[in-house]
Amino acid sequence: MSTSVDGAAGNESPVSAADPESPASAADPGFDRSGAHRYAEQWARAAARHGFVATSTGENQRLLLAHTVRLAQAVLAEPFAAEAGHDIGRALVEAHLTEPGVLDWSVRALGEQFRPLVLPTRTEPETARRIAVLQGALSAGFARALRERTLGQQERIAQAAWEARDRVERALRDSEARFRAVFVDAAIGIGIADVDGQIVDVNRAFAELLGYTVDELRKINVSALFHPDDAAGMWELYQDLVEGKQDAVRVQKRYYRKDGSVVWTDLAVSLIRHDDGRPRYTVAMVEDITERHEFQQRLRHQATHDPLTGLPNRTLFLDRLGEVFATGGPDDRVGICFLDLDGFKAVNDSLGHDLGDNLLVTVARRLADCVAGQGHLVARMGGDEFVILIDQGAGCRAVKAVAAEALAAVAEPVQVGEHRLSVSASIGVVSGPLATTSVAELMKAADVTLYWAKAEGRNRWVSYDPARRSRERTRSALIAGMAAALQRDEFLIDYQPIVTLADGTICAVEALVRWQHPELGLLGPDEFIGLAEETGLIVELGRWVLARACEAASRWHREFPDARLVVSVNLAARQARDPAVVGTVSEVLRQTDLPADLLQLELTESAVMATAGEPLPALRKLAALGVRLAIDDFGTGYSNLAYLRRLPIHNLKLAGPFVEGIRSSDRQGLVDGRIVDALVRLAHALGLTVTAEAVETVGQADQLRALGCDAAQGRHFAAPAPEGEITRWLAARAERRREGVR
Amino acid sequence: MRLPDGLPADIDLTRPSAARVYDYVLGGAHNFEIDRQLAEQIAAMTPNLAETMRAGRAFLRRGVRTLVGAGIDQFLDIGSGIPTVGNVHEVAQQANPAARIVYVDIDPVAVAHSRSILAGNERTTVLHADLREPDRILAEAEKLGAIDFGRPVAVLLAGVVHFVPDSDDPQRILATLRAATVPGSYLLLSHSTHEDQPREMLDAQRLSARTATEITLRSRAEIAAFFGDFTLLEPGLVHMPLWRPDEPTDPGEHPERLGAFGGVGRHDRGAG
Repeated sequence: MSTSVDGAAGNESPVSAADPESPASAADPGFDRSGAHRYAEQWARAAARHGFVATSTGENQRLLLAHTVRLAQAVLAEPFAAEAGHDIGRALVEAHLTEPGVLDWSVRALGEQFRPLVLPTRTEPETARRIAVLQGALSAGFARALRERTLGQQERIAQAAWEARDRVERALRDSEARFRAVFVDAAIGIGIADVDGQIVDVNRAFAELLGYTVDELRKINVSALFHPDDAAGMWELYQDLVEGKQDAVRVQKRYYRKDGSVVWTDLAVSLIRHDDGRPRYTVAMVEDITERHEFQQRLRHQATHDPLTGLPNRTLFLDRLGEVFATGGPDDRVGICFLDLDGFKAVNDSLGHDLGDNLLVTVARRLADCVAGQGHLVARMGGDEFVILIDQGAGCRAVKAVAAEALAAVAEPVQVGEHRLSVSASIGVVSGPLATTSVAELMKAADVTLYWAKAEGRNRWVSYDPARRSRERTRSALIAGMAAALQRDEFLIDYQPIVTLADGTICAVEALVRWQHPELGLLGPDEFIGLAEETGLIVELGRWVLARACEAASRWHREFPDARLVVSVNLAARQARDPAVVGTVSEVLRQTDLPADLLQLELTESAVMATAGEPLPALRKLAALGVRLAIDDFGTGYSNLAYLRRLPIHNLKLAGPFVEGIRSSDRQGLVDGRIVDALVRLAHALGLTVTAEAVETVGQADQLRALGCDAAQGRHFAAPAPEGEITRWLAARAERRREGVR
Repeated sequence: MRLPDGLPADIDLTRPSAARVYDYVLGGAHNFEIDRQLAEQIAAMTPNLAETMRAGRAFLRRGVRTLVGAGIDQFLDIGSGIPTVGNVHEVAQQANPAARIVYVDIDPVAVAHSRSILAGNERTTVLHADLREPDRILAEAEKLGAIDFGRPVAVLLAGVVHFVPDSDDPQRILATLRAATVPGSYLLLSHSTHEDQPREMLDAQRLSARTATEITLRSRAEIAAFFGDFTLLEPGLVHMPLWRPDEPTDPGEHPERLGAFGGVGRHDRGAG
């Protein structure tokens, strides 16, 4: 847009009454039109420089040109009036040209530049005077309009602020009204208290719940609603809340109503804070859950008590036992009597379950009565098992006394209907300091001890014995591990030389099995052979020993054929009775290619005598294979000499005690010497050789030799040794012989 | 505390209001001592402040007139502040008396003020709402029958988006607003920038934190992204005085000194 006003208006609306384009002005304006244009142009530029121009540049300039023309006309008008100055001052304010700089320019330019530019021909003093008057009028009009506008705007903004506040307050009132409606009529109890606990307001539901009026409650402090028997930590939770450490808590709380009755509630308390975060109010919402609570209590009782006898059940007993461990000191003692009726199943089976149940009820009542007043817990663990928990003063003697009382209580005959029953019980008694045991260990110990009581003949109590338990455990561990040990090759064989007493040469070796146990170390045969016999694993283990021993013997025989070294292998009773034993022995001999007469099988007297005093049927078949047979530990069992005479036995091995006896020179030694003498004579009479075991001294050896004993073994000659050691001995002897021959 | 409609339940006249500070800088008297003090403080640090604000109003005026010229007759002016001087309804209705304007502001005092001065102008509506809830603004504007979103509309965001921090996801807000319009609609936006700016601009930004909201200065690229797929009208997104000046000489020698970009984008078919 050009700076010229001509034709510039376009479709924009007229801006002023004093239109410079009007025909009247066009005829003879009386002022310099181009000067007016220039003046307006500078004015517009100053306005844009000093303040905000709300309209476009062109519009603004058009407006100011109109003012310029009106000012010129005012100077020229007769009579002169200052009104135009006022109007223009006001118009500047209305056009938002309110910056002080704009007024400054407008007044100064009117004084300094207006006349030279717009009225160049008017030089008389009257013109200057009129311009000065207009300057004043413009300033006054500007100031008055600006004052009006400012006051108006101030009033309007204050009014707006007030209205905004009013609106918010109205909204708050609406919100408050809605809240009151909810608060007053809610079915749930609502109470508001300040952080000091003073109740500010409660609703009707809350008041009714506690049996007070609303006004009564408003005078109460929250702390009065707490009780020493509230759940632990409840007061602390409330303190956390009012101190702002928590924003909400929810608990089940018991309240006492005004009349003293109890009401259980589900209580949710929330904290309301000031804007800066400081705690301000607590809002509590409570719901009456008394019925639900009682139902839960009932359920809990049902869950922890035995419906038949009314005694605490296993769950409650274990809970209490757990508590004892959780709360007791390490030196506090605990004791339990684990009781089981003897032969209860027979009662049930013969007299029916109803009578059985009656019996259990009676026993339960007696047990409860007999510990009544001592503070012990009696519980029914299930079936006919009961337990008494002694958690105070549980010294060994006290606990045993309780067991004795319980036993006596049960022993009284019980009249059940028309039956008079005499029952007894077995009790496992365990007690000790808490630090030395645990719930699980205690229960296991009680179980084991009860089993001992049953095994020892019932109708008794037995005290727990940790050493016995430990032995049984080891035993169980050995039994459990033996089969796998055989698979894992944990067994090994040592050989103990048997020496011909006449010339001191090794005539045989006895195979002795050992177990290289991964945890217990090297175990001798006496520590596990008995277990193997009990479990039957002896058959497999024995076959393994036989095979290994024969392999070794076969190697010695191939290497030292002149030695004619016999390997002597123990055959357990169970092994000997195994129908496959003959087949097994002959198969091992065949596989190892060992001459049968280099194998000796040792059997105990009881193994030789099978059932009903008859000798073992397999004995003759074994002898028929050509194998030598020896009776081990002779003299400790009961041998039927009549059979002994006819059996295919080759050798008697004298049991260790006789040999041990002849060491001494006292009377006992003399007697043992005579027994050995008699046994040797007996054996020789039967055509058997005699081997003495456990020879430990040279004296024993000499005496045995003097008594005509054929062979001997023992530490005096050699301890059991690995196969390689035996091989070295054999090699050394062969060497000596070769040297002797040379 | 907040009222159920999500607006604050307190009118805090002890804190300055952006709308009233703006009014004061533009020469108005719709303000309180606390507003004037802050305005003077900011002005002392940024000599161009008043000029920037004037330039912002001038940009809005030129933009609205352009939009009226393009046939737009409904305007949604969000962040309208205290509409005293060179208002959208004055500019628009001068050119088209049938033009409808909806003013939206978060400041309850500004809203109350707007209602009082616009009483009797049936083609203007004032909403008290938060730009960060564009869905609510759109729903209310439509519910009141003030805007027909089935026809082209101009959404005006003059000097307001820089009050929305990135944590409030202004891009999402703009996307929502753009998506509400039909092709032929426009988006007018001016926004403070740190590009090409001296230190004091950043200091003034910190000072502005004393009003209810802080100013987030953004780069030209970030601001351009607010237009999404809209087509920017000539001359694009530029320092405000450069956007279609009344006179070629109006922008002066250093238009970037005002520290704000302005632009107008059009929703063309297929854009969103």
